[in-house]
Amino acid sequence: MNSLERTERTASGGFSIDFKALGPFLALVALFVLGTAINEAFLSGGNLANIFTRAAFIGIIAVGATFVITAGGIDLSVGSMAAFISGAMIVVMNTLVATLGAGIETVLIGVLLSIVLGVGAGAINGLVSTRGKIEAFIVTLGTMGIYRSLVTYMADGGTLSLDFEMRGVYRPVYYGDVLGIPVPVIVFFAVAVAGYVLLNMTPFGRKCFAIGSNEQVARYSAIHVDRVKTLTYVIQGLCVSIATIIYVPRLGSASSSTGVLWELEAIAAVIIGGTMLKGGYGRIWGTVVGAIMLTTIGNILNLTDAISNYLNGAVQGLIIIVAVFLQRGDWRRKKSK
Amino acid sequence: MTDAAVYAVNPDQQARTRLSGRQICKSFGSAQVLFDVSIDLKAGEVHALLGENGAGKSTLVKILSGYHQPTSGALILDDAPVAFEGSEVGENHGVILIHQELNLAEQLTVEENIFLGREIKRGWFLDKATMRQEAAKLLDQLQCDVDPRTRIRDLSVSDRQMVEIAKALSKKADILILDEPTAVLTGREVDILFDQIRRLRDQGVAILYISHKLDEIKAIADRVTVLRDGRHITTEPVAGLEKDDMARLMVGRDIKQMFPDRTPGHAGDIALSVRNLSVDGQVRDASFDLRRGEVLGFAGIVGAGRTALMEAIIGLRERSSGQIERNGNRVVINSLQDAKTCGIAYLTKDRKGSGLLLNMDMRPNLTLLALEKFGRVIIDRKAEEAALEAAIEAFDIRAADRKSKVGDFSGGNQQKLLLAKVMETDPDIVIIDEPTRGIDIGTKSQIYHFIGDLTNRGKSVILLSSEMPEMLGLSDRIAVMAAGCITGILEGNDRNEHEIMRHATGISGKQGVSVHE
Repeated sequence: MNSLERTERTASGGFSIDFKALGPFLALVALFVLGTAINEAFLSGGNLANIFTRAAFIGIIAVGATFVITAGGIDLSVGSMAAFISGAMIVVMNTLVATLGAGIETVLIGVLLSIVLGVGAGAINGLVSTRGKIEAFIVTLGTMGIYRSLVTYMADGGTLSLDFEMRGVYRPVYYGDVLGIPVPVIVFFAVAVAGYVLLNMTPFGRKCFAIGSNEQVARYSAIHVDRVKTLTYVIQGLCVSIATIIYVPRLGSASSSTGVLWELEAIAAVIIGGTMLKGGYGRIWGTVVGAIMLTTIGNILNLTDAISNYLNGAVQGLIIIVAVFLQRGDWRRKKSK
Repeated sequence: MTDAAVYAVNPDQQARTRLSGRQICKSFGSAQVLFDVSIDLKAGEVHALLGENGAGKSTLVKILSGYHQPTSGALILDDAPVAFEGSEVGENHGVILIHQELNLAEQLTVEENIFLGREIKRGWFLDKATMRQEAAKLLDQLQCDVDPRTRIRDLSVSDRQMVEIAKALSKKADILILDEPTAVLTGREVDILFDQIRRLRDQGVAILYISHKLDEIKAIADRVTVLRDGRHITTEPVAGLEKDDMARLMVGRDIKQMFPDRTPGHAGDIALSVRNLSVDGQVRDASFDLRRGEVLGFAGIVGAGRTALMEAIIGLRERSSGQIERNGNRVVINSLQDAKTCGIAYLTKDRKGSGLLLNMDMRPNLTLLALEKFGRVIIDRKAEEAALEAAIEAFDIRAADRKSKVGDFSGGNQQKLLLAKVMETDPDIVIIDEPTRGIDIGTKSQIYHFIGDLTNRGKSVILLSSEMPEMLGLSDRIAVMAAGCITGILEGNDRNEHEIMRHATGISGKQGVSVHE
């Protein structure tokens, strides 16, 4: 009987659950309305393409972060990892230009290297935290420092620039489009769809939810907890590598300031999207919307003089806190009491 | 009886009623759990509160100590009505409740826990030396040789319970309520606890002692109040009651109806055979056979190594030696996955901590252990829904809304869901650890009948339980463990409480020697 009563109470809170799922979408719509009100140029095709293209980097990384966080982990190293992979790609491709020439092969080798490095770095994060039984926060804080200093070392404190000829060959990966849709946006969408399927429809995704909810229960349910957790970091690494592959042709350079604070933006996108930071619940589409929201805020601030663009971080920070507060739903329950 | 004599020495304290509950009713939402219950706690008396799980004992004591507010009814302290709005108010009036679940800060030390929130200070600073002395003194009274500087997380459960008791003693309780304090204690520790209870009683403290263990009530209590299904059944002096009387009052019907009819002698071939299994420091040289269609009970006091033995069999714990045979073939089980492949399933006793995902609804919980059955690449949601439909039907899981979180379910429905989850793997052997902990009596009986059905279908069950009626009512044979060894496997007429206790305490049976012939 007791359970019946409690169930009813949760059921009557159904509206707030809907709100939780739709919240990020509603907020994004509100931002778009605001953007249009401020400047009509906001809705122009060029501006929208710009928003989605820029959102693609953080968005792709954040899709990976959704897995890590859903399974109860955290990865702080993604920004540094992106910088390190960028630097390594540039160094290797520049070297190969001498032998292979500035062609597609060189780009493909660069891409392959990126994937190997991303998967490898993810596996290191995963294995050290699970096998070594060290908190993921600590492990990835450590690797964050390591990758960051490696790229600084490779660039000798300055900037690594991609060979000029190579830039021309590699350029379409960022600047190209298919049927008018920029390549990064297509990649972003593809990664999101793949992430959605993996997280919500496969046994692997289900296991991520289970581990994030309660590792002990997962262990008693014959789940190889360490293996699944390590895989989430590998997926994260793969996502970082994909993001880096489309990032390198954008500027054609890498330095110690590449990808700074990306980890925080990625985590913010995940959390705004409704994934629980303590694990056990993740939502890929929420993450996608979260990433687009973060980019949109910056874009709107660029279009208006009302708030200085330098306050971009402050506005983003405010939105993150408000988003989490709204999703928690406590405010609703208190009102009803 | 000598206790009664001591008690008679203080006649002036005898009559003084310290705390009363009058016509207390309590509802949680639409579910009423207490109906017009009245109880008097007198100075210098140990009052026992007896009742089955779910009878409302814990709710009543939480009301008496201010953790819950009654829906209706009154509390009277020393002849004046009081309202304990929160446990702090109750504690300020000298009413201390020792919870069934332990409430200690794991990362803090023993002394820090004992004085938590009431730290002794010198000026602005903590007076650690004095607190350590006081803590050591309290633990000494309890003959508990724990260093006050140890962190709680490094203590065994029974030591933690002793710390909890030390903490309550340090609060100078006038009215001390103990909610099933012996659940995790060893026999010696229970004796020490009882000595302390008697000492406090002789000092004029009013004590309310909650248990469903009749032996303990006979040993320690002066009067007993029996609750059943949230109603007050009787309050009588313990001296005039036999254990059978108390059991009848507590259950309210013939206990034999609780259990499925077990037709003896229908057990078949040996399904599982464990030989000389040891786990470092926990199990020594355990051997037993499990036949098809039988319930093999495992009895023993807490810490006897029963759970460790079972976890070693299913690959959740490392074995230092031993062999396992299934249907006569040697098998190697190094993980739960291996156990699953061998057709062995395990129902944890900790359904909230390691059994169910409380923040999720039923469907993912049901299919988690047998996930590959529902698709290796993509999970077939329709198949999952169908399985859930079938499980709800088969195990009579009562949930108003399938989308509600499992954490909101009653213990009984959680336990049924856990049973359904494990049965999704279609095991031949089911190891059930404490199948009815914290479950109401109706659901208990249902679960007993599920277990009976399993054996009727030729499956084998290993039952671990600390509840004697359950052990005796369900098991065909009973293996008893003491200090990591199987001290005996009782069959036929030997299957009684007396023999179990003799083996569990090491009076009977061979220590450290496999008794399998």
